[in-house]
Formats: sequence, C-alpha cells, structure tokens
Amino acid sequence: MSDLISMRASAASKALQDGSISSVELTQAHLDRMDATEGSLGAFLARSSSALDAAAAIDQRRAAGESLPTLAGVPIAIKDVLCTTDMVTTAGSRILEGWTPPYDATVVSKLREAGMVALGKTNMDEFAMGSSTERSGYHPTHNPWDPSVAPGGSGGGSAAAVAAQQAPLAIGSDTGGSIRQPASFTGTVGVKPTYGGVSRYGVIALASSLDQVGPVSRTVLDSALLHDVIAGHDPRDATSIPTPWASMAAAAERGSSAESLSGVRVGVVSELVGEGISAAVRQRFDEAVELLTAQGAEVIEVNLPHCEYAVAAYYLILPAEASSNLAKFDSVRFGLRVTPEGNPTVEEVMSATRDAGFGDEVKRRIILGTYALSAGYYDAYYGSAQKVRTLIQQDFAQAFEKVDVLISPSTPTTAFPLGAKMDDPLAMWAGDVTTIPVNLAGIPGMSLPMGLSAEDGLPVGLQLMAPAYQDARLYELGATIERLFEERDGYLVSERVPEVK
Amino acid sequence: MPDMTPEAIRHLASLSRIALSDEEITRLSGELPAIVSAVEAVQKVAGDDVVPTSHPIPLGNVFRDDVVGTPLTTEQALEGAPDHDGSRFRVSAILGEEQ
Repeated sequence: MSDLISMRASAASKALQDGSISSVELTQAHLDRMDATEGSLGAFLARSSSALDAAAAIDQRRAAGESLPTLAGVPIAIKDVLCTTDMVTTAGSRILEGWTPPYDATVVSKLREAGMVALGKTNMDEFAMGSSTERSGYHPTHNPWDPSVAPGGSGGGSAAAVAAQQAPLAIGSDTGGSIRQPASFTGTVGVKPTYGGVSRYGVIALASSLDQVGPVSRTVLDSALLHDVIAGHDPRDATSIPTPWASMAAAAERGSSAESLSGVRVGVVSELVGEGISAAVRQRFDEAVELLTAQGAEVIEVNLPHCEYAVAAYYLILPAEASSNLAKFDSVRFGLRVTPEGNPTVEEVMSATRDAGFGDEVKRRIILGTYALSAGYYDAYYGSAQKVRTLIQQDFAQAFEKVDVLISPSTPTTAFPLGAKMDDPLAMWAGDVTTIPVNLAGIPGMSLPMGLSAEDGLPVGLQLMAPAYQDARLYELGATIERLFEERDGYLVSERVPEVK
Repeated sequence: MPDMTPEAIRHLASLSRIALSDEEITRLSGELPAIVSAVEAVQKVAGDDVVPTSHPIPLGNVFRDDVVGTPLTTEQALEGAPDHDGSRFRVSAILGEEQ
C-alpha cells in the first residue's frame, strides 16, 4: 500500500471524492506506516484510538451522497501543543503528563468539521522551547533522512511524520521558526501564517505575541489546502484578525500553472546569506537565485540592517512572555503535583512541582524571562527588545516597498547531529537567526525544499517572506518555484526520502 | 549587567516558584552571564526615539455582546485537577506557620 502513503493530500482528496479509495483504507495505510516506523522515528507522543471510526464515518457520509469539504477523509497529525478532547495533550512536558483537556483548540474543531482524520499527537520540544525536539520531556525524534541527525524543532515530530509518510499533512506551531526550520531539515513544506491569521485558542501559549499555528506538508498545494481549513477569524482569540482570507489553494493552483516569474520582484536578504551560512546551503541558494533569474524574476539584494539584533530581542521577548504564560502550571488546576515532605504550604508545593515537572531549557528561559521583567531591568531588557521589534518591522516595510517577496535560506545549515548543541544554548539559539525576524515582524513565511546538500545529502530549505496579510502570495510564488525545482531536478526533494526502517 | 550570583538566581527562582536544586543554581550561574550579555545587544540600537512595539499586528480592543455562553461545567473544570472536593480545587495550607 505504499502508493497510499506516498499520495499527496491533493491527490488523496480527489481519489476519495471519485471513490477510488476509501478513508478507512487511507487511514489504515498510515496507521500501518506508523506501526512500521515509529520505533525508529519517535515522531508521535500519542496515537488516536478513534481514527478508523472517524474515517468510517466519513466514508458513510460520502456513500450517502453528502457533499463533503475538500480534505474530508484525509488523515492528519497534530502537534501536541494543541488541545484535543480525545487525546492526551502535554506540549511535550512532564508537567502535563496524562492530561486530557476538557475542550478542543479551535483549529482542532475546524479539522473535525472538515472531516479530517486525526492520527495522533506529534512530539515537540517542551512547550515549544527548542530547535531540535531533543528538549521533549519524553523522547527525541529522529530525522527520517538520517536517524543520527535532529529533525529540527520545536515541531520535529510533525515534520518527521510528514517526511516519513506517516501522515500526508500535519499541524505545527511557529514562534521563532518551529514550523519552517523542521520543514527545512526534513525536506518538507511548512508555513507560518500572518500573525493572527489562524486562531490560537486552545493552543498552549509559549510567547503570545509571536505564536502562530500553520500547516506542514510535502507540497505547497497541500499546505495551501490545509491553510484554507484552519484560517479565519475566531471570536475566542482576541488577537485573531477579522479580515477574510483569499483561498490559498486557488493561489497555489495559479502559481503552479504560471508560465514564468516574469514581473516578480524578489529581494535577497543580504544579512541572511552571508556569515554563518554554510557553504553547502549557500550553494543551493545561489542556484535557486540563478533559476529564478533565468525564469524572468527581477532579483535584487535588499538589507534588513537590524536583523543582527533579532535573536537577542527574541530571546528577551520570548522568555519574558513565557515566564508569564507558564505561571498557570501551578499544581492546582491540571497536571502534576509534587508534595514535599512535612507540612508544606501551597507555594512550596508549586515550587517543588515546577522544579520536578519542567525541563532544563524551560527553567532556564523562565529564570531569564523573570529577570528581564524585574523591576529596574524592564526598560533595559524587555523594553529595548520591543524597540528592536519596531526597527525590524521598519526594515521589512522598507524592503517590501522595493520587492514583492523576500528570500533567504530557511536555516544556516542542514540538520545537525543529535546531541551536537545540547550543552550550548547560545549555539542552539543562534541557528534561529533566519526564521526569527519573520515572527518579530508578524509577517508570513514559508520554507520549501530547494535541493539536497552536496556535503551531507540532507535537504536544504528556501524561505519565502511576504508582507503581512499576503499569505496567498507565498503560495502562488511558492508553487511556481516548487514546480521549477521539480522540472530542473526531475523530482521533489520529499520523494527522495530514504527507506525508514 | 548585575551579577548573576547564585544568590541572585535563587531569588529569581523564588519569584518564578521553582525550587531549583543547588546543582541547578550552580549550573545556571555559570550559563546565564553569557546569555545575558548576548541579549544585552538590543540596548545598542534601542534609542529614546524608537517607539516600542508590543504586538506585531495593530489591533483595537475586542468587545462582544453581553450574552450568556456555555462555559465548562464544574465537573469538566475539575477533571484534570490533582485534587478537588467535587466543587472546588483543593490545595495545602496557603499560609506557613511563620505567617
């Protein structure tokens, strides 16, 4: 049944509609694939016990002649940061071990309404704090391209599941690159929508001014189809944008049939292609620029001069917001409770619980965030970081006066070995330099594969960035560029994933 | 930069309600000075003339009509709690003996 698991979501949708396959067959094939590969990948933290029932219900409704949404019957993996009433939700943390939420995230409700079949919850760095999924409180996830390297993070589980054909689609969340960096490391497509484009209700918050939920897939069109399902205003999320969205799938269809890139103005971000970018990544990026130019795009260099301060600003804003958001894990309403010996006060119980339940990276960031928000230091740290955010937004605004879309490598290097950066938090954080500016500015960003590294054979990702609200532009241009790569190489990178044992 | 001494970290841990072990405090007091000096880079460009941005997309306050919704039931709200008495969360003593 390998044809069922290698099917694109767009193709599966058509096959389900014309009756050539059933959702039960499609779902069973992916469950079998999980059985065969989870032992070596570790992409999931929980598996749904009702996936086949949900699939059978969709098949029945279709057989009864009901008109169903486009992705009805298509399986999907969900990052464990989204609340699900039928599956344990931990955000990768031991402090929430065994917790089943009493409500669904809005995105999860939308997936259910669209008739999609949830396969399980994917692994992640604890509370999405990490860039390798090694900070999961449970187990690491291995990259399907090479089990000795990281799948990226925090959404390494979603990316690995989609790359290894355990699921055709997945949901991720991106605070500083947690969708795009794993997409780059695993040869998949990942999109961070415009901030506020997708509801955050029921998504366990990391940094509220940066978090955004988005799609993970193997093609641009598949991400677009999923984006159309999850996007839209949600009265339960006060930061949700009320503007209606154009169809991302229509944009991707337009893009994939576009004849050339004639008239498209592309900006190469000078600060994100120089120092720190590996030679192997740079080689594929230069080839991509060459291809875009040959296909009629007008490619110029642009500057985002304050990008060099983005990582510093991010690692003040994120810990500050996280230290506040994670205060709710207090041993009272949900999750773990550790009671010290003697006759402890509730504060002593909270403190013991949080020490036992949080991992090292989470504690480090809570302490840093508490420091950055302390009386006397607030202006110097958090306040200054918020000013850098203004400067970065201004940089992007000026760049987008000259070009339609910005490009850079999605990550400075290909996937790094597991364990390589675990003892050096600053080195781990520095790898986020290409993705963080997009979150600080609130704009949409996409990573799509642009080839395999000549050095280690691992996937290399191209990042596209568009102005706020212009998510459709990413899908349109992304679909054109994806097709150009496919025509040049004769394959899509995701089709070249090695056999996973 | 103020000193990231073990005492300073113990204070931050107490504000954060995390009972860090001595070993964790020692490790953090080794790591945090380098981290703080790295993030201090933001001060180089954060001049008085720059307006801070708290939120990436400008939004106004959000109101809704004052109508009764369907909140969680008491049972639902309590079902994930480590301890409860059927209608309320149960915790240990709020005040210590010295208070």
